[in-house]
Amino acid sequence: MSNEGTNSRTTSTMRVKRGLAEMLKGGVIMDVVNAEQAKIAEDAGAVAVMALERVPADIRVDGGVARMSDPAMIEGIQEICSIPVMAKVRIGHFAEAQIIQALNVDYIDESEVLTPADETYHIDKFAFDVPFVCGATNLGEALRRISEGACMIRSKGEAGTGNVVEAVRHLRSINGDIKKITQADEAELFGWAKDLQAPLPLIQEIAETGKLPVPLFCAGGLATPADASLAMQLGADAVFVGSGIFKSDDPAPRARAIVEATTNYMNPDVLVKVSRNLGTPMTGIGMDQIDEHGGRLAERGW
Amino acid sequence: MTTVGVLALQGAFQRHIEAVEACGASARAIKLPDELDGVDALVLPGGESTAMSLLLGANGMTEPLRDLIAGGMPVFGTCAGMILMAEKVLDGRSDQVQLSNVPITVRRNGYGRQIASFEADLPIDGHDEPYRAVFIRAPKVEAVGDGVDVLASVDDDPVLIRSGRVLAAAFHPELTDDLRLHKLFLELVG
Repeated sequence: MSNEGTNSRTTSTMRVKRGLAEMLKGGVIMDVVNAEQAKIAEDAGAVAVMALERVPADIRVDGGVARMSDPAMIEGIQEICSIPVMAKVRIGHFAEAQIIQALNVDYIDESEVLTPADETYHIDKFAFDVPFVCGATNLGEALRRISEGACMIRSKGEAGTGNVVEAVRHLRSINGDIKKITQADEAELFGWAKDLQAPLPLIQEIAETGKLPVPLFCAGGLATPADASLAMQLGADAVFVGSGIFKSDDPAPRARAIVEATTNYMNPDVLVKVSRNLGTPMTGIGMDQIDEHGGRLAERGW
Repeated sequence: MTTVGVLALQGAFQRHIEAVEACGASARAIKLPDELDGVDALVLPGGESTAMSLLLGANGMTEPLRDLIAGGMPVFGTCAGMILMAEKVLDGRSDQVQLSNVPITVRRNGYGRQIASFEADLPIDGHDEPYRAVFIRAPKVEAVGDGVDVLASVDDDPVLIRSGRVLAAAFHPELTDDLRLHKLFLELVG
């Protein structure tokens, strides 16, 4: 190699946008509502923080319209954190996304946890330089988001419930259909594209590679180290933990335990060690009571 | 056959494993000290260096890795892996783990936040085709000391360096299909 001048320097390519998701693999992204929580998250080994006004559990209790966070609050978190900072915008609310991008946030989550702004269209994510993560309940939804420019997919789960059952359903559905597509012949791929309402080239790509074109993270209802291990063993590349940390009795040790569990998800000895004496996790909500607690957020998005 | 241990605590380790295997060497994911037995060389992948620091301590990996590297084991550190090998880290955390003292000074996230992440062509001696390098919230090398060869730079800032049996990149060779740098590292291993 030589030290001579370099050229063709470009930003915001798909490789650069998806690249940050690659760097977050095997890690834990934590929901935080202020700078103090962001500090606790970084100290506990989070790979990134998600800045939002209220954690999903509180959004369920409070009701009303949930919107993007105050820029001052996001800036406060950026100042204290050296790790990537993500922020949520409402589904379809591209003006919120323009504001969040202007804050130099590292990733934008077009999130069903906030109140949707558009009941037909999601944001055209190719129009942005900052990469997007989007939620999905099944493979068709995941591929529609990718075709709109999402660079990371996460399961929706049921945010703010402390109940992992819906996230498991979504992961199993996405990875189950991927396995079936790898067994399909060329003609059947057309049927898959039609049934999933997803672009054929993405279905063909999955048939060839056996995986989603972007990293698949798990989110929605994770509350314990065991939940993180379950998600990773079901094929998630990394985990988001929302209300599960800061709605528990003692957030700092729980945050650290979930970080260690995500790395050592196949090692029961480590999982025993990190699960001991963590105090009470968030109480949680059963899916049979979900209608009394703000309903199913995962049904938002199309 | 050469066995390369790829530190697998967090980050883009799977992509490094695939690249090493595509070069015809054997690769092994390393999370715990006993998995280091029989390893001939190490890759420290990209990821979040703060999270990796904490996990190195939690999994008892710091001392075993320091000993192996001090004993002359070849290392390829990329992005966060470069930070872990540097003598001096700016904008780091006080509890950040240091695995070696390669005489370079690096600034964490020296190129800025994700919106400033970029790709650039690096000229490579003896090749017509430049190397397309992907920089993600990359560390910036602000100074290099004695015995450090600068193999490539972007705008006069070193981005690929060699010091003894250590190869370190501020970018992510594991994110492209170009295997030239992994091959260069395997030549260093011998």
